Amino acid sequence: METAVFIVCAVIVLAGALGVVLARNPVHAALSLVGTLFGMAVLFLNLEAHFLAAVQIIVYAGAIVVLFLFVIMLLGVDRLEDLSVEPITGQRTLAALVGLGTFGLAVAFILSSDIGAGGHIQVLTLDITDQYSNLRQIADVLFTDYVYAFEATAALLTISVVGAVVMSRRMARKDEVQETQVDD
Amino acid sequence: MVTASWYLILAAALFTIGAVGLLVRRNPLIMFMCVELMLNAVNLTFITFGRELNDIGGQVSVFFVLVVAAAEVVVGLAIVVAINRRRPQATADDLSALKG
Repeated sequence: METAVFIVCAVIVLAGALGVVLARNPVHAALSLVGTLFGMAVLFLNLEAHFLAAVQIIVYAGAIVVLFLFVIMLLGVDRLEDLSVEPITGQRTLAALVGLGTFGLAVAFILSSDIGAGGHIQVLTLDITDQYSNLRQIADVLFTDYVYAFEATAALLTISVVGAVVMSRRMARKDEVQETQVDD
Repeated sequence: MVTASWYLILAAALFTIGAVGLLVRRNPLIMFMCVELMLNAVNLTFITFGRELNDIGGQVSVFFVLVVAAAEVVVGLAIVVAINRRRPQATADDLSALKG
């Protein structure tokens, strides 16, 4: 069962990822991204990360992709992009080489490691398959060992919201003055 | 039986697709989506190792990655909106000379 779920989700994830890279229309790319993120959420369930599977759907598919689509529609950039031209000569060849190198090295490393050989590295921490729920285990660690990092994320989110407001605000007077100076 | 290495290889493939997309595409929005793909690949690696090593810390790390990814998208899309207001239909190549 786990194998079947893995294979189906792996196909969905990879097809969605290729859709993002190859789509000519940004809206299609965003929808392919949703497919990848859903497949990834099911893989998280397969790996017994129940809380993160739910968060993946809510935050990524629910918030981030909607934000992408919102910006695409707001800017009106949902036009087709010509992918046949290659603005920098040799760029795609080099990118393919980099990709092959990254993938080849990663796979070689995985297969030559203990995990790839089927072995298990023994680490003593709390058992993630014990009677506690997944959410409770995450909360236990999050609010003890990582409590300062957790508070820092609160500050990070606040700062990023303020930054987004500041950057996307129209500063009319100052902008117009600069525009005329540039035009002259 | 699916072993951990299957998940790790899938994550490597996803990371590679995202990296190549980031290098090849020049629409800033698509480049952001490719960054999201790469972050998701790393999340899958974290959770796989978390299960393999029986350590909940992997899932906690993914939680933090999710938060940082959300913040990154908010700031990045704000930059894209701000740039598009000044220079409509700008691609990444047009922005290579970010002079005042």
